[in-house]
Amino acid sequence: MSIAENAPVIDTDEVRRQRAKRMEKLGRWSLPVVVMLATLLLWDRIVVWNEIPHYILPGPGRVWDSLVNDWGILWEAGLLTGKITLMALGLAIVGGAGLAILFNQSRMVEMSFYPYAVILQVTPVVSIAPLIFIYVDSKTAGMLLCAWIVAFFPVLSSTTLGLNSVDHNLRDLYRIYGASRWQKLWMLQLPSALPYFLGGLKIAGGLSLIGAVVAELVAGTGGVGAGLAARIQEAGYRLNIARMFAALTLVAAMGVFIFAALSLLSHLLLRKWHESALSRET
Amino acid sequence: MQPIDQRPTVLRMSNVNKTFNGNVVALNGMSMTVGQGDFISLLGPSGCGKSTALRLISDLMVPTSGKIDWEGGHEVGDLGVVFQEPTLMPWATVAQNVWLPYRLRGKSYASVKDEILEALKLVGLEKFQNSYPRELSGGMKMRVSIARAMVTRPRLILMDEPFAALDEITRFKLNNDLLELKAKINCTVIFVTHSVFESVFLSDRIIVMAARPGRVIRELHVDEAYPRSEEFRTSAEYAAYCRQATDALHEAMGVAA
Repeated sequence: MSIAENAPVIDTDEVRRQRAKRMEKLGRWSLPVVVMLATLLLWDRIVVWNEIPHYILPGPGRVWDSLVNDWGILWEAGLLTGKITLMALGLAIVGGAGLAILFNQSRMVEMSFYPYAVILQVTPVVSIAPLIFIYVDSKTAGMLLCAWIVAFFPVLSSTTLGLNSVDHNLRDLYRIYGASRWQKLWMLQLPSALPYFLGGLKIAGGLSLIGAVVAELVAGTGGVGAGLAARIQEAGYRLNIARMFAALTLVAAMGVFIFAALSLLSHLLLRKWHESALSRET
Repeated sequence: MQPIDQRPTVLRMSNVNKTFNGNVVALNGMSMTVGQGDFISLLGPSGCGKSTALRLISDLMVPTSGKIDWEGGHEVGDLGVVFQEPTLMPWATVAQNVWLPYRLRGKSYASVKDEILEALKLVGLEKFQNSYPRELSGGMKMRVSIARAMVTRPRLILMDEPFAALDEITRFKLNNDLLELKAKINCTVIFVTHSVFESVFLSDRIIVMAARPGRVIRELHVDEAYPRSEEFRTSAEYAAYCRQATDALHEAMGVAA
């Protein structure tokens, strides 16, 4: 018997599939990087060829310089914005999930207060923020409140959906086995709601950053020091466009970081059992 | 095993009616006595009230009139249920799912570990105790569901078309396993099905029901001793019982046999 007969048989279909898989793996990381490099290069060339002055549009090199030279200021501002964002996200989790559980446990409470949660959500935060800063003395508290108003609703609505999405047979089963309200909530509804909650959390992460930035713009500087949004505004007044871009880059990086961290958390919590974390061989 | 009419009573339904919205009669005057060790099939077309009967027995519904009495009263652990779907908690392992009836009564895992493993052994899944439901096939999930229903050794197990969604090969296998289980622990079962063949193979009492309004029209006895083997499926007696049950079902559906 020849060796060839014992070798694994790979047909052309299989070869094509494996090649597509390799390309997919490579492209997922390399393509966005290529796009970014090309954009930076194009940006640089446009600035150079058109001789655009740096106080109108600085090239990527100048933005990089600003990022390096102003790192001290920007880092401090980033910490402040980051702190407000994370605290607001924390409050959105506690407030959103807490309200969802409360609404779920009492239909009366839900009927009484849900409409107001919706009103709070649909009113643009920029329009409420000035009022908030009139009545709330502490700037930090005001900013937290703004960011929370924007961020809590996705957590509330998706957790509510999750708590109500319990498999009806499981619900019957718990009833037949004489489960208490507390057991039903803790052992059945909360685990059922977890994937929904995590979905809402990913949205809330981005929104709490937006809320923090808007709050800063409305609150202005002073008192608690300046966050990234205030730095952007201030640099704008001084026509320091490069620093505006540098601060903007940091804001974007912060948003990406929050999203990635929450996606990781979601993956870790769901990978063992939820359909969304299931990787299928095609 | 004792003859059917000499078994101690577990539960008695007397003239039970269930009406929805004041005019839809789901169940009309159902009376039935469940004896210990009975394997009863409720056989009938859709809408004959067989699932309503199960929901009434499991206290998920209250009868409009009539009574359902457990002999000597009853408590939460007296009943085990298996639904058409496996109805497992996807976030819990196989063993944790089987633990549920105990857990809801406040028993720690450690204190009932032996019972859980014993139940899993009875359905042949002791090696999968730490797997999650999504790693199991449809038939295996159903076995977990059965293990969960019997882990507390309830006085009565209700099964609502448990194998209807499975392929025929798996279904036959699970039929055999269920009979084996029945032989080992002599459980009392009410099994809802619309398969004549399944009801004859599994049960010793077949209660044939008709629809609109849902009612009992006949009871047949299958006098074949347990444990039943695969040979019963191909025997002349089996064919004769199927014939009887089919005739009764035709009668239930208003078709001349």
